[in-house]
Amino acid sequence: MSQDTLFDKVWDLHKVSSLPGGSDQIFIGLHLIHEVTSPQAFGALKDKKLKVKFPDRTVATVDHIVPTDNQSRPFKDNLAEQMIETLEKNCLEHKIRFFNIGSGNQGIVHVVAPELGLTQPGMTIACGDSHTSTHGAFGSIAFGIGTSQVRDVLATQTLAMNKLKVRQIWCDNKLSKGVYAKDLVLHIINKLGVKAGVGCAYEFAGPAIHELSMEERMTICNMSIEGGARCGYINPDEKTFSYIKNKLYAPKNEHWDRALRWWESLKSDENSIYDDVTKLDASKVEPTVTWGITPGQSISINQQIPLLDDLSPNDKLVAEEAFEYMSFKPGQLIKDTPVDVCFIGSCTNGRISDLRVAAKVLKGKKVSKNVKAFAVPGSEKVATEAKQEGLDQIFKDSGFQWREPGCSMCLAMNSDKLIGNQVSASSSNRNFKGRQGSPIGRTLLMSPAMVAAAAINGKVSDVREFIN
Amino acid sequence: MKSEFTPPIGKITQIDGQCISLIGNDIDTDRIIPARFLKCVNFDSLGESVFEDDRKTLKGRHPFDLEENKNSSILIVNSNFGCGSSREHAPQALIRWGIKAIIGESFADIFYSNCIAIGIPCFTLPKKSIEEIQNYCDNQFLFLEIDLENSLAKSKDLNLNLEIKETTRKMFLSGEWDATSTLMENEKLIENKFNQLPYIKFNTHLAI
Repeated sequence: MSQDTLFDKVWDLHKVSSLPGGSDQIFIGLHLIHEVTSPQAFGALKDKKLKVKFPDRTVATVDHIVPTDNQSRPFKDNLAEQMIETLEKNCLEHKIRFFNIGSGNQGIVHVVAPELGLTQPGMTIACGDSHTSTHGAFGSIAFGIGTSQVRDVLATQTLAMNKLKVRQIWCDNKLSKGVYAKDLVLHIINKLGVKAGVGCAYEFAGPAIHELSMEERMTICNMSIEGGARCGYINPDEKTFSYIKNKLYAPKNEHWDRALRWWESLKSDENSIYDDVTKLDASKVEPTVTWGITPGQSISINQQIPLLDDLSPNDKLVAEEAFEYMSFKPGQLIKDTPVDVCFIGSCTNGRISDLRVAAKVLKGKKVSKNVKAFAVPGSEKVATEAKQEGLDQIFKDSGFQWREPGCSMCLAMNSDKLIGNQVSASSSNRNFKGRQGSPIGRTLLMSPAMVAAAAINGKVSDVREFIN
Repeated sequence: MKSEFTPPIGKITQIDGQCISLIGNDIDTDRIIPARFLKCVNFDSLGESVFEDDRKTLKGRHPFDLEENKNSSILIVNSNFGCGSSREHAPQALIRWGIKAIIGESFADIFYSNCIAIGIPCFTLPKKSIEEIQNYCDNQFLFLEIDLENSLAKSKDLNLNLEIKETTRKMFLSGEWDATSTLMENEKLIENKFNQLPYIKFNTHLAI
């Protein structure tokens, strides 16, 4: 059992009680809600005649269903309009802070909370969304929950949970040029498998992690869940603190000094004990692309799609399913695969640094005429910053559509969808069957820079050929 | 169409039913319920859309479409079932279709806790045993009587020692799986915790 890791410290601090059945009751420091997984929870509160226990510990925004072309109200989609209205009503009724469209602070919930300084080290953070693990980049313990648990957090600010094991993933050396956090996390998931993290929190550590910016760290922690780990985190350091400083909801003045002292005490002790430690060499990671229907089915840009005989018996079943669905053949190269749609955005890679890196690739180039390409900033703040830097113009000049913030085609709950068996190059997090809105649509996950390269060439390309 | 859905309440000690086998590893919650069905403010109509896209692809040959499975309530699955999105809509769609318990090689974490939260016990068995049960289901009806007290499943031919986390088993036996009231009993402790947490003190500006 782990000892003296950041996870242990934060868990113990937030433990309210041991429940009769043996699980722990854990206090949730920050609760984030959005329009998809909260309405039934508010409905349940009403049925049980309960109130929200600590309304100022819950923060809401709207992201999953928002259109990215025309956000004027009422939305064209009646169901989407009904969902945003329900959230507006619930927030008003229960006095919950809500960052609505046009507030300047709306966006994907996992982009918004960090950029407002709401996400801080040492907190427990829960949200009815599996990518809540993103917030672990700040040294918080953050995890996705379902709607019944959203109800419990609203009613009690606590959850019944079993403590997770802690696996450290130590990344030596540093990423080489043209290789990004997305490549590293896809590589980790490929090496460890999509269910290796079940029952675990992942602690990402080592020189390669230390080197990453806060936004890159968010990309890593965001995809912990794709490796099965409900929670992923990175010990906070100077980069963490300077990212938070001066954000809207960051502690101010004398509170800042107290916060800093406390945050510095949180990191895993040098002699802390882990349930498991895995090491890898980050300098060996290359631009990585998925070829299958799970985020673990990925290869380096110059590799061949594996032969069935190269796979473990456990992986064969899903590989066979993937070959059939994706229309790939074992042994085929992934490079030069034609793409129809290019999507840059999502809670994984929709932040300003993602747009910057993609714009650098796109500058002075044109999107292939066979490709529909669009960029969706992760939040209103990201969109504003991008415009100030002229990034939107670079995207538009290249032939990308420039959209309004939201989750968009990561999960296609709005009108941004693949059509038929289109192939997308996507900076999002899931390549599941049907994920991007068409039951037979095909998704290739990659870094935003790689998506930009694919957009220009109209096929899967090695971004290093663009930046050297 | 199935009879009207009544959610489980209180202690869950015994589940009897016919098994339905669904073969595949890493079956994610997008497949269990595609995202377009999440555009709703209640869970009521999700049952009919469970596995919608997989069912359409298989044109009537999906296990959830087979006539012989229409009264099944115990789902037999393989490894990492329910991975991906945290959407509770997935187990809500399953329970509304008629699933009352799931036996599999392994489950994704968030799916597993969502199942607990709505009263669907999930049990595990080794890969080999799951495959044996799935083979059995291919050839004949399998009715199981699941006894949560002893973690046993029995049929006329089979006796299975099911695995389930002790804490989870106790939650079903005591009714604590429906957690809200248990959590609320500790209101004083919750308030104490709130007052003790360092960051509540240096984030006072969050107060509305």
